Parts: sequence; structure tokens; C-alpha cells
Amino acid sequence: MNENPMDEVRLSELLRELPPAPEAWVRAAQERPAIARAADQVLELAEADAQFRRELIADLEEALRAAGHEPDPRLVETLRRRLPEG
Amino acid sequence: MTGTAMDWASVSDAEVVRACRAGEDAAWRELVERFSRYVFAITRAHRLDETDAEDVFQETFARIYEHLGRLRDDEAIRPWIGQLTRRLCIDRLRASVRDPVPDTSQERGELDRSLAAVDEAVSVQEAMRTLSADCREILDRFFCRDQSYNTIGELLDLPPGTIASRISRCLGKLRVAYEGRSGASPASGEA
Repeated sequence: MNENPMDEVRLSELLRELPPAPEAWVRAAQERPAIARAADQVLELAEADAQFRRELIADLEEALRAAGHEPDPRLVETLRRRLPEG
Repeated sequence: MTGTAMDWASVSDAEVVRACRAGEDAAWRELVERFSRYVFAITRAHRLDETDAEDVFQETFARIYEHLGRLRDDEAIRPWIGQLTRRLCIDRLRASVRDPVPDTSQERGELDRSLAAVDEAVSVQEAMRTLSADCREILDRFFCRDQSYNTIGELLDLPPGTIASRISRCLGKLRVAYEGRSGASPASGEA
């Protein structure tokens, strides 16, 4: 394409190394702060309410439903990581 | 930094990290946008199936979000994300019966070469951020999204006959920008 075509051939190969990730994946990752805020609320509640905390540890998804939270898989996964064992 | 009409292209990785840490949702969206291709490419280099690749992708960004406060050097965000993604890919492969971790020297060599090419490609993407929005768009559509001249012409309202010359011109600018940033020549072919 110019006096040193190999440079640009290599550049074009490198550009092709980074196709976009699926849009839905990107969107879901971008929603992470909202999920984290929801997790913070649940954990604050668990901190203040020992019974709710025991229910969360025993059956996370059911405890979330009972508390009026949709057990979004990303919320569940975040809480599993952040809740101490037992 | 307020999130309104922000041109993130001129904002450094470290500044994006600092804005994320300050709780700016727009900065987090930019961080995900900026590194999503990198994380995706690493999952591809490890040849994860789609389900595992998506799980690793989401887990990587979840951990970045949770541990961003512990990052000691904001400039080191890219190597940190790369290391984290590679570790999660290997964990996923170890847990999978179908896709064992590459264990022959040939397989490891292939993986190392793929990952090195991905890292080099990210440096090219960083150089691309210094180009005009028009150049970034046309290069991205043609090379990264594999769109045809006709598709690009329709989307950008350009005659298809002008697309090739515009791509060539932008690629030339990218080469200058890349060499100016890194002092490296992509002509070496070393990945």
C-alpha cells in the first residue's frame, strides 16, 4: 500500500486479532456496578439481620426471592463470592 | 470527569481506572469497552467453548470491578487484566474434561504465540485511539468486524470505490502512530 507494504500487512493481521466481543457480553459486564450496588444492599441487610444472614447462607436464591430481590445469576454469583462461608 | 459527551479516546488507561475508582459508571463502561476485545481474544487463544468463554469474560470483569481498589499501579491495568484472564482461562480448562490445558511443548508454544500476538494487537489498538474517529471507524469495520466494502459504503454513506483508498490512507496513519508510540516495527513479524 506504500513503500513498505509488509508493515501494513502485519498491521492488518494484528487488527484482525481483536474482533469485538459479543455485544450482549459487553453490556452485561458494563452493568456490573448496578449488580454490585444490589449486592451491597443485600449484604448490609445481612449485616443488620442475623436471621436473614443465616437464610442467605443456607439458600441464597430463596432468601433473595423472599426479600424481594430477583435472583439474577450475576447477583447470586457476586454474593456467593462475597458472603463468608458458614 | 463528568460522563456527558466525554471523548474517552484521549483519556489514558490510568485516568479511566481512577475515574472507575471514583465511582463513575461512565468510566466503568469505557473500561469494559476498552478491554473487552482483549479479554475476548485471550479466551479465543485458549480455545474455550462459547459458554466457558462467556463465563470467563464475565468473571474477569467481576473481579476487575471488585479488586480495582487494590491495583497498586494504575498504568499496569492492561497486564493485570491479561494475567487475570489467562489464569481464569487455565482454571476453566483444568475443570473441563473436554478441553485439557495445553500440555505438550508444541501446544504451549502455539498458545504463547497466540497470546503474544494478542498483546501486540492491543498495542496497535492503543495507537488507533490517536487517529481520527473516521479512520478508527473504517479500520475497525474492515479489519476487526470483517465488513465488506459495500457494507461499509452503505453504513458510512461512502461510494464503495473510495473505501479501499481511505483504508489504505488510514492504515498508513496507523503505522506512523504505532511506530511513533512504541518505536517498534510491526514488520518484524515477531509475535
